[in-house]
Amino acid sequence: MTEELLDVRLSVNGHTHEIRVPARRLLSDALRHDLKLTGTHVGCEHGVCGACTILVDGAPMRSCLMFAVSAEGSEITTVEGLANPDGSLGHVQQAFVECHGLQCGFCTPGFLTTITAGLRDNPTPTHEEARDMIAGNLCRCTGYQNIVKAVERAAELGAS
Amino acid sequence: MGQKVQRVEDQRFLRGLGRYVDDVAVEQDVLHAAVLRSPHAHARIIDIDVDEVLDLEGVHAVYTYDDLVGPMAEPLPLLIPHPALTHGRTQWALAKDEVNYVGEAIAFVVADDRYIAEDAVGRIRVSYEFLPPVVGVDAARAAKHLVHDDVPGNVGARLEQNVGDAITAIAQAPHRLELDLTIERSACMPMEGRGTVARWDPDLNRLQLWTSTQSSTGVRAAVAVKMELDLGQVDVITPDVGGGFGVKINHPWPEELLVPLAARALGRTVKFTEDRREHFISSAHERGQVQHIEVGFDDDGRLQGLNVEFWHDHGAFTPYGLIVPIITSTQLLGPYKPQNYRVVFESLYTNTVMVTPYRGAGRPQGCYAMERTMDAIAKYLGKDRADVRAVNFIQPDEFPYDQGLIFQDGRELEYDSGDYPTSLEKIKALVGWDEFPAFKAEMAAEGRQVGIGLACYVEGTGVGPYEGAHVHIETSGKVKVATGLTTQGQGHATVFAQLVADELGVKFEDVEVVTGDTRRMPYAVGTFASRAAVMSGSAIHLAAKRAKEKALKIAAEALEADEKDLQIVDGVVSVKGSPGTSIDLGTVSVLSNPLRYAFDEASKAATQFSVGDPGKPPVAEDEEPGLEGRDFYSPERATFASGMHAVIVETDPETAEITILKYAVVHDCGHLINPMIVEGQIHGGVAQGVGGALYERMAYDESGQLLNASFMDFLMPYVTEIPDGIDIDHLETPSPLNPLGIKGAGEAGVIPSAAVFAAAIEDAEGIAITAMPISPSELFTLRLENS
Repeated sequence: MTEELLDVRLSVNGHTHEIRVPARRLLSDALRHDLKLTGTHVGCEHGVCGACTILVDGAPMRSCLMFAVSAEGSEITTVEGLANPDGSLGHVQQAFVECHGLQCGFCTPGFLTTITAGLRDNPTPTHEEARDMIAGNLCRCTGYQNIVKAVERAAELGAS
Repeated sequence: MGQKVQRVEDQRFLRGLGRYVDDVAVEQDVLHAAVLRSPHAHARIIDIDVDEVLDLEGVHAVYTYDDLVGPMAEPLPLLIPHPALTHGRTQWALAKDEVNYVGEAIAFVVADDRYIAEDAVGRIRVSYEFLPPVVGVDAARAAKHLVHDDVPGNVGARLEQNVGDAITAIAQAPHRLELDLTIERSACMPMEGRGTVARWDPDLNRLQLWTSTQSSTGVRAAVAVKMELDLGQVDVITPDVGGGFGVKINHPWPEELLVPLAARALGRTVKFTEDRREHFISSAHERGQVQHIEVGFDDDGRLQGLNVEFWHDHGAFTPYGLIVPIITSTQLLGPYKPQNYRVVFESLYTNTVMVTPYRGAGRPQGCYAMERTMDAIAKYLGKDRADVRAVNFIQPDEFPYDQGLIFQDGRELEYDSGDYPTSLEKIKALVGWDEFPAFKAEMAAEGRQVGIGLACYVEGTGVGPYEGAHVHIETSGKVKVATGLTTQGQGHATVFAQLVADELGVKFEDVEVVTGDTRRMPYAVGTFASRAAVMSGSAIHLAAKRAKEKALKIAAEALEADEKDLQIVDGVVSVKGSPGTSIDLGTVSVLSNPLRYAFDEASKAATQFSVGDPGKPPVAEDEEPGLEGRDFYSPERATFASGMHAVIVETDPETAEITILKYAVVHDCGHLINPMIVEGQIHGGVAQGVGGALYERMAYDESGQLLNASFMDFLMPYVTEIPDGIDIDHLETPSPLNPLGIKGAGEAGVIPSAAVFAAAIEDAEGIAITAMPISPSELFTLRLENS
């Protein structure tokens, strides 16, 4: 039996891509394997760890819980789309460097996208709000201490 | 050295440009593998029917044990043999006749994509004859059923070590106590699981293998043997690794053999990327032990004798030998002098996934045994818990201190340096130990319950046998450094570049470090036992020194100056006091390699009509062309880092919820290369420790099913479970064993966790805590039992 393939148009980081994929292709797999955007990582495949978080029309979503076909017509932002247009690091990325907010880097893309959306909605978080902002993402390396600092530093960079 | 230098690797990771194993060959049309794993903990395989598999479009191959030949059909290697491991057993790449844990690989399918490969796995029919499973230490000891028919009593190994006569000393001691303790399984749980990509190059007759490992050279040797290839035909490249914490030191995994086997057979690049459930059930766990302790002590709490027996659950197979229980049995002693010590352990088979090192590697269990004992002594004598520890400390003037045992590397357990009394003073100040009784009373007046715990450890780090490094100063002046061990987030590209920049006198930005690539450094051991900074750091320092010596020799000749008068600053060699007389290292590199053919302006300077004394050979007898340095570091024994943790917890009188109010760490890993990175390692270790003490466990049922094999049910901490702030103070007692005076730092953060939380909860509740981890519901039950 041959799998039925569907034409899907994905708009990712401002570029439009047309792919033919089976209905069951996860968005995370489509990004990684069809579009070759391997910055989005898959840590658990059931929406718990947050490593695969991307922005779908600006909202953080777990790309392992979406089918590629269901992203048709949405504007997607992945970690590859977070740098400034001139190639320099965005505020959140810069804050991660300054605060040592990453070690192995595997969970990092999901944190960056989550925080990007979080600071857009709340540009001046309190310390508790900074912790809450990342409370749905798992990291096994950093103990979160420096990721919280990075949220606060990114807010500072965004305000300046 | 000693500077909080920002990490160079971050730029790549933050832009989504990291290259993890599942990212390798993403541009190519690769095949994907999936594995049929045993759904049963213990069963005989009667038949495997794969007939329907190849009918599925997109399936290229299916392998079972019967398809394996030669060395591939032999059991996987027993990596670390030990004379006491009398009944060591390892699994086959694909199960032969019997399965011994849920998750054991039975069949391997290769297809166009992972979806189809999993469809195919679902079509394989296996008939089993069920055998009774052995789950947990108690069942293993009872030995009503056997895991392996030819292993009596389920005992893989029994090892005893003695220093003095502990049994007599305890009998004669003024006071005696006995403790029975348990600690459950957890696991490393890196965010990236295992994965392997292989490509067979028929033009070069050569295998290229990318794998998410902690030992490239180990995988290379194992794959070469199993595939009957010469070592020179196998390249193993460790790309970016999304965390290891110990589990990825195991090798070869079945998939690390089956992926290259299929790649060669099919002539296609093949990739295997495990999913999270596979990581839970088919990689490795650690920690599970049952301990019995007898101790004799005097009126001050000074140990007279310590007799420890423990039973270690090593799962269904023993590829990593006895490393974990040996570490428990030796590192248990921590900073103390036991006077007389007897330790004996049995390493037991169960029908569960194997147990191999997880960050701390047996030390958390040893620390738990020793520190719970110290607390029990203090309670018995009515003394301050810190004071009882202090009277047992090895003193700073007693180093080197030989504990009289044999350590995990087969060498004497001899501590090189340390200052435990100062650490104790620091941790007491940091956590507010002396002020705590007043705080506790104040909280009690408000109806709140708080407790404080303290735990001390010593960690043998930087074990041998060796690591090596190669430093190459290119004609551009850029410095390329290679060391063979691998990186899983420790920032090696940064700290090793710091060491080279310091030694060589070049700009930090001009140094590029490569790790874990057997093409660049074929001699290496691996990343475990907090050894990378000590071993590769030292090797890189020595290799840079050699490159520098050579650079100065060539520059001295070019500048017609004495080597002793030269300095290297920012990549330029100059005569001290006359900066005009200088030559940059790139030019020195050009001169180091006498040429016949020029290829650019710079290289003209090294051609045969431009340079050299016509009366001498262009390359002197004891020299080599090129501005390179290569060296190896192989210490006589490990170097011993140490530290102390203290925690203040609050327990809810109603719900038994456990809240961390303060967590303090005093850490001594000798000289710090990059304090930012060391603190990051501590943060991560403490977080894993919190998980292991309060949340994480492997919930096997009596039939050997792992009930919580997902992130939904295995409670790995989010930020909400981790203390808001970890107070850290450093002590820097240099190691005399290596040129940089450094000790390892990777595992320290997790070692005292079970001990320190048990102590704090016991202090808050007034109930003995003897089983870890502990959940609110377990604490609630304990309260009922003790009321």
